[in-house]
Amino acid sequence: MFTDFDFNVIYRSLGYLFLDGMVFTLTLTVMSTISGVILGTLLTMMRIGRLPFLPAISACYVNFVRSLPLVLVIFWFYFLVPWIGQWVTGASRPVSVGPFLSAFITFTMFEAAYFAEIVRAGIQSIPKGQPAAGYALGLNYWQVMGHIVLPQAFRNVLPVLLTQTIVLFQDTTLVYVLSVTDFLGAADKVAHRDHRLVEMYIFVAIIYFAISYIASYSVKRLQSRIAIVR
Amino acid sequence: MLSRGDAAMHRLPIRCVSRRKPERENTSNLDATRGAAGFLLRLRPTRKTRMNYNWNWRIFWQESPNGVETYLDLLISGLQWTIFVAICSWIIALTIGSFIGVMRTTKSRFWNVFGQAYVELFRNIPLLVQMFLWYFVVPELLPSAIGTWIKQLPNSSAYTAILCLGLFTSARIAEQVRAGIQSLPSGQRMASLALGLTSRQSYRHILLPIAYRIMLPPLTSEFLNNFKNTSVTFAIGVMELMAQTRSMSEFSFQVFEALTAATILYLTVNLIVVMIARQLERKLAVPGFMTSH
Repeated sequence: MFTDFDFNVIYRSLGYLFLDGMVFTLTLTVMSTISGVILGTLLTMMRIGRLPFLPAISACYVNFVRSLPLVLVIFWFYFLVPWIGQWVTGASRPVSVGPFLSAFITFTMFEAAYFAEIVRAGIQSIPKGQPAAGYALGLNYWQVMGHIVLPQAFRNVLPVLLTQTIVLFQDTTLVYVLSVTDFLGAADKVAHRDHRLVEMYIFVAIIYFAISYIASYSVKRLQSRIAIVR
Repeated sequence: MLSRGDAAMHRLPIRCVSRRKPERENTSNLDATRGAAGFLLRLRPTRKTRMNYNWNWRIFWQESPNGVETYLDLLISGLQWTIFVAICSWIIALTIGSFIGVMRTTKSRFWNVFGQAYVELFRNIPLLVQMFLWYFVVPELLPSAIGTWIKQLPNSSAYTAILCLGLFTSARIAEQVRAGIQSLPSGQRMASLALGLTSRQSYRHILLPIAYRIMLPPLTSEFLNNFKNTSVTFAIGVMELMAQTRSMSEFSFQVFEALTAATILYLTVNLIVVMIARQLERKLAVPGFMTSH
């Protein structure tokens, strides 16, 4: 079965695959995770806050985004971002943005909805007495949030956040539809250039499997460690 | 087989972004300020920087390049494929997922390890990569007669997509089933065994019926995930809603109308599924086992 395999094609393209493709994938994953968590936290604070309208807006956004497929959202932002750029900067034509920026904005906006739900679960796991005690001690809202609620909330949901990051890492393959050179895109280009689809796709699957498996195993370890400390 | 249908789609974005139709500028600007999305235009900060995108909501009733159907018909046929793929793959997923989930709650070490390996395998490879594996790689690895037969099947990409999506979702359902069964009080299993039921009977008549009801909310969200994941199948050429949206925006250049329509259709189906699930939950609730609504 493996007799007519050409594993040499993988060796030849390793540099391209990892230095171009994997670096893109990992940069996108890390950056969108960070900004997604920040935006998600803001959405959650809007949602649980007492200000008028903001809870409804936040809830609508989260539910809306969560009911759309990621591919559709990728297309939306791919076509919309240039127009938004034009509107913001006042240029006369739609601003062309690179695929990385477009993908980055997409994943930030999309994953923020998912991160928001996770952070909300974390904040709701904190007993009401904690912020109440904080206010009683004379802390203001931002101090209560920053020093009491959020640190504990993040600690409680850290494993879930990291699991969602692994999902995000796998989801970044979908930038393929913009023909971006992420890890899958790079492999895809080599595969079609050299007509070695079987080898390349199997290789890609193994690499994704290895990274995701190791990452989710580490999350499991971390989870039990956190559980013991508590 | 190797010439994928998306060669054309790679060209699309560049064209669509910069495309302008000067000859229709005036009338279409009127259209746009009137249309439902005209608010985008009214937000413009100065007159100079108006959005020069030409809204045309009547595009849906115009004839598509195939000369028979309108663009709306195309989208509807895409939606039908989406629903077809979603339901077929859901049946596969629920069946296999239940078996794997049950396996992981039995005492047999072999089946436990097998179930775990199955779940890890399908969970740790991105769906798109799995699609490519099933579509491009598996037919090559099979004996060539079977491989050729698969490639020549009509709608072979749709069947591949159903299989792939079904197996992908089955791993996730297996985890839900396992969690559902394990959340039952252990007295249930003991009591059923003490009454003389075989292990199989206790799963069939006692454990699974209750577990499925407890699992209904997570199963609903898995169904919606599965439904959303059908949009990935357009990468291997299934003409479902996402693919039809793309081809509509490619042929008509009305990108935002096409995307809006797709968004509304996805939202509608989502809403319907959620409402049906709520009805089901209310109907199937076991008093005392779940928080009643």
